[in-house]
Amino acid sequence: MIWRSWSFVIIILWISMALFAPFVREIADRIQLETLLLSPFQHAPLGSDELGRPLWARLLAGAQTSAWVALMVVGISASVGTFIGMLSAYIGGWFDHLIRWIIDAFLAFPHLLLAIALAAVLGAGIGNLVLALSIVGWVGYARLARGQTLSLRNRYHVMAARSLAVPRYLVLWRHVLPLLFAPLAIEMTFGIAGAVIAEAGLSFLGLGVQPPQASWGTMIREGARYILTAPHLVLVPGITLMLVILAVNRFGDALRDKLDVRQ
Amino acid sequence: MMASIMRQFLGMLVVIWVVMTAVFMLLHLAPGDPIGIMLGDSVGMDESALRQRFGLDLSLWHQYWAFMGGILKGDWGMSIFYHKPVLELLWARLPATLTLALLAVAIALLIALPLGIIAAVRKNGWQDKLAMMTALVGMSIPGFVLGPILIIVLAVDHGWFPVSGMTAPYAWVLPALTLGTALAAILTRMLRASLLEVLHEDYIRTAKAKGASETRLLLVHGLRNAFLPILTLVGLQLGALLGGAVIIETVFDWPGLGLLLIESINRRDYALVLGAILLITIFYVIVNNLIELAYRWLDPRIRIAGDSA
Repeated sequence: MIWRSWSFVIIILWISMALFAPFVREIADRIQLETLLLSPFQHAPLGSDELGRPLWARLLAGAQTSAWVALMVVGISASVGTFIGMLSAYIGGWFDHLIRWIIDAFLAFPHLLLAIALAAVLGAGIGNLVLALSIVGWVGYARLARGQTLSLRNRYHVMAARSLAVPRYLVLWRHVLPLLFAPLAIEMTFGIAGAVIAEAGLSFLGLGVQPPQASWGTMIREGARYILTAPHLVLVPGITLMLVILAVNRFGDALRDKLDVRQ
Repeated sequence: MMASIMRQFLGMLVVIWVVMTAVFMLLHLAPGDPIGIMLGDSVGMDESALRQRFGLDLSLWHQYWAFMGGILKGDWGMSIFYHKPVLELLWARLPATLTLALLAVAIALLIALPLGIIAAVRKNGWQDKLAMMTALVGMSIPGFVLGPILIIVLAVDHGWFPVSGMTAPYAWVLPALTLGTALAAILTRMLRASLLEVLHEDYIRTAKAKGASETRLLLVHGLRNAFLPILTLVGLQLGALLGGAVIIETVFDWPGLGLLLIESINRRDYALVLGAILLITIFYVIVNNLIELAYRWLDPRIRIAGDSA
């Protein structure tokens, strides 16, 4: 059911756009002043931007940026966060106290603000953007994994494994991690939506992806200057961005209902 | 009650200390040294004199104590762009951001209350589905997309509101609406879930058995209790709201802390950047703690449990 929903179709389209982007790189980056700021269908199906580049190609390149950043950020923060969270809960003692303390300290900052601060200090660029968002992002996964592991560690199958002297790492890997999968998958889905918004947001503020590399956030930022004469520069990337986030959020909701995990 | 308030107050001070330390580390452990960043490509400035003036020739430990002491004494450093004390500049911009945030919360509640109630009352009906779909769209539309769309439709095409700034009357409507939309969406979902849970409680059945009308059941008995989680959520979402304000202020050229923060980042005015982050975060921590206190005071169950603990 979930695999046949409209949200899944949009997610597949987004990923296809990202995969197809390298083939249109040349079109996306070529500056053509004679086609400057043309409306949709005048020259290209979605119009062209302030440097005459066709918007559809910029859109594909932006899809690649957003998908890549989302994949990296969620991949890094989910694996680091889960690892730390599980370890913290399983080892306990002073280590657990320390981790809990660090998590609380991170939570004291408004998320986006911390990401802005990190991006500002680290400098712009896609690598630093991934780093900044991962530094902010791991905390949520660590908290989730820690809480889940704490409740799982007294399950019979875990106690049985421990009493049979199965090494710690194997207990965590084979007997705890698989049970973490459902809540983690849901958290990661919403994490993807969050990373896409954050990438576009930071790029919009000029702290993320730098030109000529395309990002939907940068497109909206640049397009906002021509909002009176060429509103499609904002509307095309804006609506695309919204549809992708909407689809990922909807997918997350559906996944949560399906896997029946309480928030 | 008093003991638990004291405990919470102490906890809050610890968090603020952590935030101050983190902001200090952000400046000093980041790649590149602050003077190098401040100077950038400009030539002819005496580097060692600057270093001495900002105390950067001292050991890290000394700098840390000087930094903490300075903040406590109200000396938050000087802005290298404005040549004015950081705190003075931040203080001047604070009202604009607070106004925007409060208006956004008000708009969010104005939207979320009717939507959430209708969705809960007509559970699984078309009203519910429509309200939930609206909420999902509201959650998914970032401020820097919604803002320009509202500008195009309501400011450019119809001319009902100004495109940017805060001088014209009604100038606050579009920024506050943009900032409040995501919060409204989250609150709608929460209110629906919370109401549905409360409406199954025993005291609702009792009130019903005693002949209370549907409206009274919902608005007096139900909403009053369903509102507690909403209050916590507003507190938790305040962080998102303040982060979002940075973006919204940039979209609408709203002269608040967020716009100052972004301008300062672009000018490499680091004292002002860190000051803005510190002020917003401290404000966030304090409001969250106040909300927790209010929560305790509003919910006798927690108040009593807290006393015996």
